[in-house]
Amino acid sequence: MIIDFRLLIEDHGTSTIKNQKSTIKNRQSKMASLVSHPDEVRVVSKRFGQGATSIDRYLELDGYKAVQKALGMQPDAIVNEVKNSGLRGRGGAGFNTGLKWSFVPKQSPKPKYVLCNGDESEPGTCKDRLIFEHDPHAVIEGVVIAGLAVGSHTGYIYIRGEYRYLSEIMQKALKDAYARGFLGKNILGSGYDFDVYWHGGAGAYEVGEESALMESLEGKRGIPRVRPPFPAVVGLWGGPTVINNAETLASVPPIILGGAEWYAAIGPPKNGGTRLFCLSGNLARPGVYELPMGYNLKKMIYEVGGGIPNSRKLKAVVPGGSSTPCLTADEVDVSMDFDSLMKAGSMLGSGGVVVLDDSTCIVKFALRTMKFYQHESCGWCIPCREGTDWLKKTLTRFHAGGGLKKDIDNIQYLAENMLGRTFCPLGDAAAMPTIAFVKKFRKEFEDHLEGKPCPFEKEAAIEQLPVMA
Amino acid sequence: MRFSDQFEQRFSEMLTHYPTKRSVLVPTLLYAQDEIGYLTGEAITEFARRLDLTELEVRNVISYYSMLTTKSRGKYNVQICTNISCMLRGGEDIFQHCKKKLGIGHKGTTADGLFSLEEVECIGACSWAPAAQVNYDFHENLTPEKIDKTLDEYKKKGTQ
Ligand SMILES: Cc1cc2nc3c(=O)[nH]c(=O)nc-3n(C[C@H](O)[C@H](O)[C@H](O)COP(=O)(O)O)c2cc1C
Ligand code: SF4
Ligand code: FES
Repeated sequence: MIIDFRLLIEDHGTSTIKNQKSTIKNRQSKMASLVSHPDEVRVVSKRFGQGATSIDRYLELDGYKAVQKALGMQPDAIVNEVKNSGLRGRGGAGFNTGLKWSFVPKQSPKPKYVLCNGDESEPGTCKDRLIFEHDPHAVIEGVVIAGLAVGSHTGYIYIRGEYRYLSEIMQKALKDAYARGFLGKNILGSGYDFDVYWHGGAGAYEVGEESALMESLEGKRGIPRVRPPFPAVVGLWGGPTVINNAETLASVPPIILGGAEWYAAIGPPKNGGTRLFCLSGNLARPGVYELPMGYNLKKMIYEVGGGIPNSRKLKAVVPGGSSTPCLTADEVDVSMDFDSLMKAGSMLGSGGVVVLDDSTCIVKFALRTMKFYQHESCGWCIPCREGTDWLKKTLTRFHAGGGLKKDIDNIQYLAENMLGRTFCPLGDAAAMPTIAFVKKFRKEFEDHLEGKPCPFEKEAAIEQLPVMA
Repeated sequence: MRFSDQFEQRFSEMLTHYPTKRSVLVPTLLYAQDEIGYLTGEAITEFARRLDLTELEVRNVISYYSMLTTKSRGKYNVQICTNISCMLRGGEDIFQHCKKKLGIGHKGTTADGLFSLEEVECIGACSWAPAAQVNYDFHENLTPEKIDKTLDEYKKKGTQ
């Protein structure tokens, strides 16, 4: 059926945002500031700063048109469109989204579910936050389309507990979508029922891991599940479940409207579309920028991010969130897509580009990274629980000047022994960056030996911690 | 136990969103904590009863999530991120500064019960680092002066 969108748009009077500048000025202090760069290609961020949290405004800006189109398509056609677009998961692993959807069985005695992962906790990553803040309906629309593609009638949007203000925005958006008939019984008069609910977390990085996410949504501790069976077959309450990152789902409506070919052509082969890159660290203009997949990292640092301030030099980059192995200053001439970074020995991960200048102590940086993983390890399996703890202790002692030469090899050895031996990928996430730090910056580790204080610190306190045998 | 009408309304509505009662547990505990300050024994008994769980099951869940607490905290919980992006831009100095200013350490509470302090992991404000959250409000691009002013404002608000 055809809907006249003009009828759905109510007059929203003087509250209409006239231009982007005034929005930014009127922004509440709790809202993050927006940036822009001429190289940006705005697909997911096109409604940022446009007042699209209001459903009327969202409708003016092409909102809910993709769902309408998808309702007229066969489920397989939706899956194929997304598959051919080259959209790969924005949560970290980069799996082809359409392909993932195709694993959901057509017939299922149990209800099927769509679960949007908005747990966003990987250090260096702050992009899903902007999507929820500026364009919550785009996520809802993506969830509904994913549901149509796999034959589900229920979706959940899981948002981390710290993002309380976003939960309020999302809950309002859902209410508005129900009120206008985009959700609920007989959506858009199509005869198809679809419910979407919000769900909130309460602080836990591990809960972002897909199977722990389901446990958390079921009201339990976030301990991962054994796979196989994969969530696409046995997920929430035993039903087939599609789990996608919020940015992945927000990319779906534009793909349905613009077509797979258009989207795929934005990025290099097999790496369709754009990415929200979260530039942070020692940069002149940090911020979240939407750039075509495959954008050159060097250019991203020096042109988009404005380069390294305070006449400092680039030392290293963590290209895709804290779990991805660092690249040295000599390795940054690389295309930011899943395959090129894999070739360069790292990963595109969650899109968090963390830039380190030459005043940064790598040992300290490695320690802070490990402290995080040790804190977030769910404790379920031994290599991760014990490995992160030992690595944190060793790195702490090392940074404080109590390091022994054999520790350097031990750190690498411990981390290498965690790789692939843990129950879920958090163990790898802790091990991979550590190995890269030791391999690429061994000299900095050596500079900390023999009771020497950290060369980067004015005064390093020497703490005595147990020496590993 | 009595909670606000808004809480009760949300609670009963959420129960209709899932095939199992237990699913409402995590968000419910956080909303309850926001109203009563921390998860008391009484609250744990209450939610175990409401959701057909044992108290141990509820406690097990509470102990997993870093935002849930069974101990009392200050009126304003100051959470400073010192994770990588914030560390690179002075997050640790902000944390040290708060320690000195408030005269308390990690997870400490001031004698007047107004503030507690926590060093936290990434709060999703990396591009606006260094960042902090006071209760749920974000404070970004911090400097020692800026956090000073922020804390003073909270103090004024809290003692009014
Ligand atoms: C420890 C750990 C934490 C994760 N955290 C998140 C997260 O916060 N958000 C997210 O979307 N994916 C996260 N993931 C990846 C998810 O397991 C899952 O692959 C992803 O949500 C799938 O969506 P996508 O295919 O759209 O990327 C995490 C994975 C691991 C191992
Ligand atoms: S790898 Fe770490 S987080 Fe994952 S199950 Fe094992 S202990 Fe838990
Ligand atoms: S590292 Fe501090 S907010 Fe992400």
